[in-house]
Amino acid sequence: MAQQTLPQIPIKKGEPAYKLWIFEPGWKGELPLILNPRQLAEQKRAAILPGHRLCAGCAAPIIVKLASFAFRGPTIVVNATGCLEVATTIFPYTSWAVPWIHNAFENAAATASGVESAIKAFKKTERLPWDHVDVVVFGGDGGTFDIGLQSLSGAAERGHDFLYILYDNEAYMNTGIQRSGGTPKYAWTTTSPVGSVLPGKTQHKKPIADIMVAHRIPYVATATPAHWLDLMKKVRKGIEVNGPAFIHALSSCDRGWRHDTALAIEVSRRAVDTCYFPLWEWTPEKGYMLTDRSLSIARNPKLKQPIERFLEVQGRFKHLLRPENRHLLKDLQEWVDKVWEDLLNRAVNAPR
Amino acid sequence: MTEAVKTPHIPLEKQKLLTVNGDEAVAWAAKQSLVDVVAAYPITPQTIIVEKFSEFVANGEVHTEFVPVESEHSAMSACVGAAAAGARAFTATAANGLALMWEILYIAASLRLPIVLAVANRALSAPINIHCDHSDAMGMRDAGWIQLFVENVQEAYDTTIQAFKIAEDERVLLPVAVNLDGFFLSHTLENIHILPDEAVHEFLGGYRKVPKVKVDYFDEEVPLMLNPARPLSFGPLDLYDYYFEHKMHQVEAMKRVPEVVREVNEKWYELTGRKYGDGILVPYEVEDADIIVTVLGSTGGTVRHIVKKLRREGKKVGMVRIKMFRPFPHKELAEILKNAKVVGVMDRAISFGSYGPSFLDINTALYDYKKKPLLVNYIYGLGGRDAPPELLEKMFNELLSDAEKGYVENKLRFLGVRE
Repeated sequence: MAQQTLPQIPIKKGEPAYKLWIFEPGWKGELPLILNPRQLAEQKRAAILPGHRLCAGCAAPIIVKLASFAFRGPTIVVNATGCLEVATTIFPYTSWAVPWIHNAFENAAATASGVESAIKAFKKTERLPWDHVDVVVFGGDGGTFDIGLQSLSGAAERGHDFLYILYDNEAYMNTGIQRSGGTPKYAWTTTSPVGSVLPGKTQHKKPIADIMVAHRIPYVATATPAHWLDLMKKVRKGIEVNGPAFIHALSSCDRGWRHDTALAIEVSRRAVDTCYFPLWEWTPEKGYMLTDRSLSIARNPKLKQPIERFLEVQGRFKHLLRPENRHLLKDLQEWVDKVWEDLLNRAVNAPR
Repeated sequence: MTEAVKTPHIPLEKQKLLTVNGDEAVAWAAKQSLVDVVAAYPITPQTIIVEKFSEFVANGEVHTEFVPVESEHSAMSACVGAAAAGARAFTATAANGLALMWEILYIAASLRLPIVLAVANRALSAPINIHCDHSDAMGMRDAGWIQLFVENVQEAYDTTIQAFKIAEDERVLLPVAVNLDGFFLSHTLENIHILPDEAVHEFLGGYRKVPKVKVDYFDEEVPLMLNPARPLSFGPLDLYDYYFEHKMHQVEAMKRVPEVVREVNEKWYELTGRKYGDGILVPYEVEDADIIVTVLGSTGGTVRHIVKKLRREGKKVGMVRIKMFRPFPHKELAEILKNAKVVGVMDRAISFGSYGPSFLDINTALYDYKKKPLLVNYIYGLGGRDAPPELLEKMFNELLSDAEKGYVENKLRFLGVRE
């Protein structure tokens, strides 16, 4: 028999799932990080409840679900405006089993700064009935790379204790697939259409995770929902460190990337296999460390797939596979190779 | 204007005499108000508030978490996060900073978060100008905030403490902006009396208490805050099927504000011996006045000075200082103004292509009266242009001659501007 109960908060049969996330004042302890799939299924409930209205095939709720499996106790979630926010909280319904706040698009990190500061003030005056309350932010690429970058950078510089999880679907999907600072070069979007002169977006993606590394905050990592153990472990580390942590999670969008709804996990896997989206973590003490599949590729370069493997399942890149656009494909491949090589040079656990 | 003292609970000799400017007075008020989170960004002429407050933090005199944000937008955003988490939150700004906050001002009010914001009123760019007018405050007129305007440094202190009491009242639950004129008050030293810390704590009932609400999936009433014991979602998507009803809640809350403001004004009077009219309007010599001038902010003092002078000369003039601009006291003000022959409405801001903001409200207030005064709008003091006594006397004399003529030729006049 598998273990059936969690410390303090057992799942009761027939009890609504949200009750699992009720931490009565005075609750002490730490929820275990369970990495065994069977135990996970039996003992954990996600902080995002069924019934939300995200699209079929969307990776965002998978990321939230996996992240919430790694929460360690009382947690407040802050959400930037975006798909996740609008699709999970259409009044009078909510999918959130944890306290949740949405303020605006560009200010999730500032809002989290306020929440975290309130927690600190309560603790200082003995008004916080728990040992710790964690603050986790979810923001999309628009709210992080573009309009929310100032607020994120400010909060990181001030050192607030929160984990910011970027779910990056590489465009403004909520408003209908417009290009963002997170959209890769040559991708089709509605504001970087493929025309007779322009081949989709003409600029590369902003290196957002490296920007956060440059802030020298305690923890930065990349993740995908396909590498779910890796993601959960990283979320737990991000919560446990004292100070700001940032996780850049690639979040496929079948509507915007133009792929089959069943391919959310497959396309994420291919992003890592082609080294388009390498998995790593960074701490000020250790520097860059490759993780999971990316570490395997570093050890065995034969595993690295050509970029076509990532592009070929996505309609947004279909023009790159036409014979006349071979030079664009080559350009993208060279960029991916260069970024990967740079990472290999920096990663302390890459073979020399 | 400060009215005569009965016997306050804290007599004047038990109050501490401080020589401070308006910004410092606001910082002292915030310090004594047990604020949990202050998030602010520097902008002239507000900066002294956060400088002074930072000193209190640096010296361990407050428990407050001070968040030195990277913009005013983030200042208000952090206040929203803090207040939603159950904290008492305070910030201060001016002019362009307030304009940058604009988006979040609406969110703070709509989430019913009792944040207090001090605005050291300053002109909006362009051209860039650091001096006083009310164009910044008028930009947030429709955001759902209670807007109070003070006349002097003592009132800035008193009103800031009262603002927390008003905002957090369960009948209200709306954010409050305390407006003090940039430089005229923010940087001008006055002797003021402040209460002992404990008296302010008692007045406010200690730390912020979060109201309880009924939520369908809990059997009991739960605190309206981000609370891991009773999780709630704040700021959801709200479409055409509910949004309008939520706006009606704000409309109803605004209707309850005047009674709460009057109560708080009275309680403050009992405690300190100071009150400002009924907390909403501060009339002076209006009973038999043919000419009444309305004004917001520090200019009220100069207008009163001229009213006194002209009264000595036997002229029937009076004034009303509008202390509370939102919600606007339409009925109360109309009752004061209705018997005058001419009312001069002073606005330190203009809606380009229209009139001054308070002029529009006063027109609305008087429209339904059969017998009503003629109205003239005086736009004055933009960008910190001085409004000296001679200029205001000239205005009164114009109004007196309008009253004699019995009609008004030019309803929109600009006071103190070069031709």
